[in-house]
Amino acid sequence: MGTIKLARGTPWTDRLFDIFVYVFILFVTVITLYPFLNVLAISLNDSIDSVRGGITIYPRQFTLKNYETIFAFSGLMTGLKISILRTVIGTLLGLISASMLAFTLSRVDFQGRKFVSTFLALTMYVSGGLIPFYILIKDLHMMGTFAVYVLPGLVSAFNVFVIRSFIDGIPYALQESAKLDGANDFTIYWRVILPLTKPALATIALFIAVGQWNSWIDTYLYNGSKDHLTTLQYELMKVIQSTTTNVDSFRGKNLTEMIAQVSPESIKMAITIVVTVPILVVYPFLQKYFVKGMTLGAVKS
Amino acid sequence: MKAVTTSSDYVPVRKKKSFWNVFAQQKYLYLMSLPFVAWVFVFSYLPLWGWTMAFQKFKPGISFFDQKWVGLTYFKELFQDEQFYQVLRNTLAMSVMGLIAGFTIPIIFAILLNEVRHQVFKRIAQTISYLPHFVSWVVAAGIVTKMLSTDNGIVNDVLMGLHLIKEPIQFMGEGKLFWGIVTASDIWKETGWNAIIYLAAIAGIGPELYEAAKVDGASRLQQVWNITLPGIRSTIIILVIISIGHLISIGFERQFLLGNNLVRDYSQTLDLYSLNYGLGMGRYSFGTAINMFNSVVAVILLFTANGLFKKITKESIL
Repeated sequence: MGTIKLARGTPWTDRLFDIFVYVFILFVTVITLYPFLNVLAISLNDSIDSVRGGITIYPRQFTLKNYETIFAFSGLMTGLKISILRTVIGTLLGLISASMLAFTLSRVDFQGRKFVSTFLALTMYVSGGLIPFYILIKDLHMMGTFAVYVLPGLVSAFNVFVIRSFIDGIPYALQESAKLDGANDFTIYWRVILPLTKPALATIALFIAVGQWNSWIDTYLYNGSKDHLTTLQYELMKVIQSTTTNVDSFRGKNLTEMIAQVSPESIKMAITIVVTVPILVVYPFLQKYFVKGMTLGAVKS
Repeated sequence: MKAVTTSSDYVPVRKKKSFWNVFAQQKYLYLMSLPFVAWVFVFSYLPLWGWTMAFQKFKPGISFFDQKWVGLTYFKELFQDEQFYQVLRNTLAMSVMGLIAGFTIPIIFAILLNEVRHQVFKRIAQTISYLPHFVSWVVAAGIVTKMLSTDNGIVNDVLMGLHLIKEPIQFMGEGKLFWGIVTASDIWKETGWNAIIYLAAIAGIGPELYEAAKVDGASRLQQVWNITLPGIRSTIIILVIISIGHLISIGFERQFLLGNNLVRDYSQTLDLYSLNYGLGMGRYSFGTAINMFNSVVAVILLFTANGLFKKITKESIL
C-alpha cells in the first residue's frame, strides 16, 4: 500500500484500520454513483441494443434518439414548464416569507416576538394530517390551480429559524446606525439585513428549490387530472409506475411509431436523467453553503 | 403585561409606553410578520380543526353545524379493522428499521470519512455522498427498481457472478423483502446527507485531545472509540430524540413509489392506509381518525423519548 502515506513505525493495526477506511469509503462512493452512471449510459444507448443487457457505465451504441423521442411528447414539455415555474415562484415567495419572519423574530424589541415564534415553532410538532389538509385545500377552491403548488407550503418554520440564527450573528449596531440615518424597519430589512444574509438565503433557496422541483404528491392529490398543470416529477412517476410504458401517459402524436423505435426502459431512463440533471448542475456549487446551513439548522432545532 | 420592557435594552424608557404606542412604532415589523402568521394559521392550524371530522359522519359540502356527530364510532371501527393492525405493524417495522440503520450507518460513514487523510479523495467522496439526497423519491424509486430488477439489474448480476444465488431474486415482488428494500433505499439516499451534522460535530472536537492520545500511544481505532465517539455523543442523543418523535409519521412516499400489488401486505403504512380509505373511497371521517391516531402516538413517543433520555443522560430538546 505505497499510496497511503504513513509515518514510519506505524503499528500494523493502524495500517489495517487505514485500509479498512479507504475500502469502506470507496465502496460507499461506488454504490452511490454507479446507479446514476448506469441510468445515464442506458439513456444514451440505442434502445434495441440495451435490451440485450450488459450496459454498465458507458453506452455501447451511442445515440440521442431516446431524448429526441421524449422531447417530442407534449406532456413532458408541459411538465418541464410547470416544474420550472413552480420552482422559481415557490423559491422566491419562500425566501421572502422566511427572511421577513426571521428578521422580525431576530428583533429583541419586537413586542409580538414571543407569540410569533411560539406560533411558528408549534407547527414543527403538530399537523392535522392528510385528510383534513385535503379537505382544506378543497374548501379553499385551490384544487386544480397552480396556486396549490406554492401557497400551502409557503411558510416553513425550519427555514425561518435557520435564517434567524444567521441574522442573530449580525451586530445590532448596524441596524441602530441605519435607524439614526432615518431608515424605517422595512428599509433596514431590505437594505441592511438582506444583503448580509446572502449565504443563509442561498442555503434556504437550495432547500426550497429542491423541494419544489422534486415534489409530485401535490400534483397527484390535487392536479392529477389537469393536463396543463402536471409537473415533470408526476409525469416521470406515471411512466415508472406503469410496468409497460403506458402510451396514454404521453400526450403526443405518432405515438405508436415512436414507441416502436424505443423500448419503455430507455424512455424511463431518459426521463429520469432529464428530471435529475438540473439538480446535478446546481448542488456542488452550493455545497459550502448548505453544509453550514444544515449544521446551524440542526443545532437550533 | 405587554412586552414593552424588552425595548429598554438599548433605548432608555422615559415613560411607560402602551402596547398600541409601540405597535404604531413597530408597524413595519408587524406588517412583515402578521400576514405570514395568518398564513400559518390557515395552512397549519385550520387542519387541526379538521380533526372534528373524525367524530362526525362527515359529508362534504354542508356546514359544520349541520354535520351529524357520531362520537367515537370511527375509532371503534378503526380498532376493529384487522387491516389496521397489519398497517400499524408495517409502519412500526419500517420506522424502527429506518431508525436503527439510519443512525448507525451515517455515524460510521462520518467517522470513517473523517479518518481519510487524502483531502481530495475525501472531498470527492463527500460530494458524491450527498448526490442521492437531492434527487426525488420518484427518481430514486426508479433507480432502485432498475438496480434490483431480475432483468440486467446489477444486484442480481453481482450475486449471480459471485455464485451466491442460482436464480435471480424477484426483489420487488417479494413481500418479505419490502421492509428491507425501503430501509436500504433510504440508507442509499440519505447517508451522506445525514453524516453532515456528525462531521461538523467531529470537526468541533479539540485536536489537542488526539495529540494527547497519540502521545499516550493510542491506536487509531482507540482514538475513534475514546475521543471521536464521546465527542459526538450529545449530537447523537439529540438527533435520536427528534427521530423518535417522528417514528410513526413515516409518510407514504417511499412505500407508494416502491410498492406494488404483490407486496401490499407489507408496504401499506398508516398514511397510505388513510390515503386509500380516506380519499380513495371518500371515507373522510375514517381517514381523519387514522391521521389523529398517528399524531397522538407521535406526540406520546416524543415526550416518552425525551423524558427517558433526560433521566439517563441529562440531555433534552423540550
